[in-house]
Amino acid sequence: MKDIADPDLDVSLTELIVCPHCDAVYRLKVPEMGEKAICQRCNAVLIAPRRKAGLKIIAISLATFFLILGAAFFPFLNIDAAGNKNSVSVIDAAFAFSSGPLLLLALATAGLILFVPLIRVVLTLYVLVPIVLDLPPARHAMDAFRFSEALRPWSMAEIFALGCAVALVKIADLATVGFGPAFWMFGGLVVLVVGQDSFMCRWSVWNSLEHPNKS
Amino acid sequence: MGTQTCARCGHKMVSRDFGSLQRVWAFWIMGLMCYVPANTYPMLQTRTLFQSDESTIVGGAVELAQHGAFGIAFIILLASVAIPLAKFWAIAFLAVSVKSRRATANHSRQIMYEVVEYIGRWSMIDIFVVAILSSLVQLNTLASINPGPASMFFALSVIFTMLSAQAFDSRMIWDEQAKDEDPS
Repeated sequence: MKDIADPDLDVSLTELIVCPHCDAVYRLKVPEMGEKAICQRCNAVLIAPRRKAGLKIIAISLATFFLILGAAFFPFLNIDAAGNKNSVSVIDAAFAFSSGPLLLLALATAGLILFVPLIRVVLTLYVLVPIVLDLPPARHAMDAFRFSEALRPWSMAEIFALGCAVALVKIADLATVGFGPAFWMFGGLVVLVVGQDSFMCRWSVWNSLEHPNKS
Repeated sequence: MGTQTCARCGHKMVSRDFGSLQRVWAFWIMGLMCYVPANTYPMLQTRTLFQSDESTIVGGAVELAQHGAFGIAFIILLASVAIPLAKFWAIAFLAVSVKSRRATANHSRQIMYEVVEYIGRWSMIDIFVVAILSSLVQLNTLASINPGPASMFFALSVIFTMLSAQAFDSRMIWDEQAKDEDPS
């Protein structure tokens, strides 16, 4: 294990890339569009540029933005048992915990399902739109992108969508349960979130934030 | 070199974060502490026309099995009991194994770490199911479901295990191998 690069090694820092998972150091060679650079030691994907990825991510982000807003307010499940009807939206579900100390849980739930995904979408647009339009990066774009990456594990909209399915199975024999429009929106959201992750090459974003003129 | 912050994103840089193990264990213990009341307190309070009962996670699964819904009972036990316990075990194993020289294949440990990081978030599904059920099943006198105190502890437990997994510095898995290759 060497913490400091060998001073005799005549390589400038910009020609090196370090695997963030296992710390193996490689000489940088940017792969072609559609190819991947993979760490030989731990198989982590280092660079994976895609054609027009920026534009695709912006399109997906916009779609996600409106789906989240829509999914928040339209009812997503309705229940009918012996004439008693009830339909709930995501906001209702989040604030199911709104009594006493469980209010904290309500805020956390609303945050994880709605606000964190929304914040991530807004940050992504803020960072990527200037890059795609070949403008200089927005102010604090690097902080914004770092924050958005830090939020990634806490964005749980797709987990909530699967939670709907589990809840349905649990009460299917108790009452008639139907899907509202927001349920399908959440279904679409899951696909979009997965798609966005597969197009997003972090190395390319950082690189174009640092060198706005190249590519 | 000798820079302390990343020139690109401004994040603090550390070559090897040996303090990270302490944070891993701190969050791990917090997670385990929250996991105990999450299982002893009731998760759901169900009130139907004639009766009201409170069920814990395991109790609810046993009840479902008695009604013959073995599949769902199995899924609940797997998602709410087996996977969280496996997560605690896996994080502890990783944190212990980077300290000892006994070489489990690095690759399988890396995969284990990635699986723990990936699965961690999905445990929140229990909390979301409770939220959905208790907002949906509010049918006046006929039936109603309310969240029990265990839901908060379960959420905290999930959050603390996620933080614990994030605090782990996966590069430490590979350091022993690097030492072997490099005799200096």
